[in-house]
Amino acid sequence: MTAAPAARRVRRALLHLVLAVVAALYISPLVYMLLTSFKTREGAGSTEPQWIPSPATTGAYREILNSPDSPILTWFANSLIAATGHAVLVLLTAAPAAYALARLRFRGRSAIFTVVVATLFVPPVVLLIPNFLIVNELSWVDSLPAVIVPAAAGGFGVFFLRQFFLTLPGELEEAAELDGCNRWQIFTAIALPLARPALVTLFLLSFLTNWNDFLWPIYVLLSPDSLTLPAGLGNFQSANNIRYDLLMAGAVIASLPVILLYLAAQRWVIEGISRSGLKG
Amino acid sequence: MSVLTRSADLAGAATAAPAGAARRMRWWTPYAFLAPYLLLFAVFMVLPIGFGFWTSLHEWDISLPAKPFVGLEHYTELFDPASVDGSRFWMAMRATGVFTVASVPLLILLPLLVALLMNGRFRGRNVYRAVYFAPYVLGVAVVGFVWRYLLDGNIGLVDHYLGLDVQWTTDVPPAWIALVGVTVWWTLGLNAVIFLAGLQDIPRELYEAAMVDGAGPLARFRAVTLPGLRPVTVFVVNATILASANMFGQSYLITSGAPADQTKTAIYLIAETGLRQFDMGTASAMSFILAGFLMCASALVFGAFRDRSKP
Repeated sequence: MTAAPAARRVRRALLHLVLAVVAALYISPLVYMLLTSFKTREGAGSTEPQWIPSPATTGAYREILNSPDSPILTWFANSLIAATGHAVLVLLTAAPAAYALARLRFRGRSAIFTVVVATLFVPPVVLLIPNFLIVNELSWVDSLPAVIVPAAAGGFGVFFLRQFFLTLPGELEEAAELDGCNRWQIFTAIALPLARPALVTLFLLSFLTNWNDFLWPIYVLLSPDSLTLPAGLGNFQSANNIRYDLLMAGAVIASLPVILLYLAAQRWVIEGISRSGLKG
Repeated sequence: MSVLTRSADLAGAATAAPAGAARRMRWWTPYAFLAPYLLLFAVFMVLPIGFGFWTSLHEWDISLPAKPFVGLEHYTELFDPASVDGSRFWMAMRATGVFTVASVPLLILLPLLVALLMNGRFRGRNVYRAVYFAPYVLGVAVVGFVWRYLLDGNIGLVDHYLGLDVQWTTDVPPAWIALVGVTVWWTLGLNAVIFLAGLQDIPRELYEAAMVDGAGPLARFRAVTLPGLRPVTVFVVNATILASANMFGQSYLITSGAPADQTKTAIYLIAETGLRQFDMGTASAMSFILAGFLMCASALVFGAFRDRSKP
């Protein structure tokens, strides 16, 4: 009788050991990236793997921060402006539209909603060439609006927020209406505050997606000063004949904001993505 | 697509809202709420779909003023594997196909396994979940650089620890193993958390009922877990096929399409053709053919997972 709990404890400990080892292996590429960013050029290029940088140096960071070929601070600022601007634009346009589709009754409501949802099934590849031409007509090529605006046309935000607005109880709105509030006041004073969790999640997902976007910015942004961080680092790789110490330092700088955001808001991000499903 | 069915249920509830809400509203109020979004939607979603097809019917170079109408010529050329564009295109489609077929099963089975493990109650569960999900919050640029380094044929850790001398970035099939492996590492956590959410939506009573009926763990998995996961699985399979068929960054950063364009995917070729060589007519035609394949794949997935117990 006493053997059974002991055996279970051993099994539990073994399971934990296996899980911990697998998790450590899983995360090790990112650890190696971080450690390599503090190596010398020779250390990063050594054929014998070097986990602990010896000598440890911030030389790679100083080199890419000061190199005129890689205005990495400008790229960082561009990425920050683009991702924030995109996320704000998504909220400003999707929230009122989602509210109308969820809570107001009007002609054409179901038709509009059906069309928006249908575009969620359109493979985005068909938009690539024509959106480049449209952005070109607007003279946005090589400037930040090109990476801020077009992606906000996606139906995901509207779809995601509409689901949330549908769950709000109608009584609050009716009470506000009896108090003489108009629709806009009801939306801003009652619906939006209640929707804060959904709005925060949508902001985070939009920010992350835009920050990490790669295909569109490398083709639509051209001059070194207008690039976002991933696009800039992409060029940097081909231009520098693979200096892994510099590349890893650049990768760390590009990861830092999203990793911090992830650590701070991990549950919102994971739950937002897993429940909304449609992202990714 | 559980999200869609769920929202359909809720739509029924919303239309039951009192008519008083509509009475005080001016007729144009809802349209004013919708206008900003619909403007974006019209310009960057509806217009490009039509405009893209229009482009595919022309010899369209952004730098040339003349854009002669050529009808379906780009399509007939692309469907002729002996033509220059056709042979490049089908090689890229083949690369997309190879990658999709190799990556999707792994990206379904491994995340399902991880989700089943994470669904148990044990200490540190959320820490493990955060670890498996972490690579996904990084962009493909970071993921591409890190793995380019780790897979380097001379100084890479992968060769070193496996005791191999494999050129992962310039040789096939190793390049396919590398691209699939990196993608699994990068996005496994995404599918795992979606499966996990699906598992947690399965009512506990179903498991209890099955236990009362004397079902063992395997029988419970087959009778309760798998059917309960079906809507989520349809969604995950579909989204994963689309994501794999649109693979770009890994190939661009890790192999640059090497060797001899064998790992250059369709979307990579479309972007290069349209946005580097500015042959936008051909590139648009390619994107519509690719989109056609993707929509057929989606239809097959929905068909394969159709609920046969319902009429």
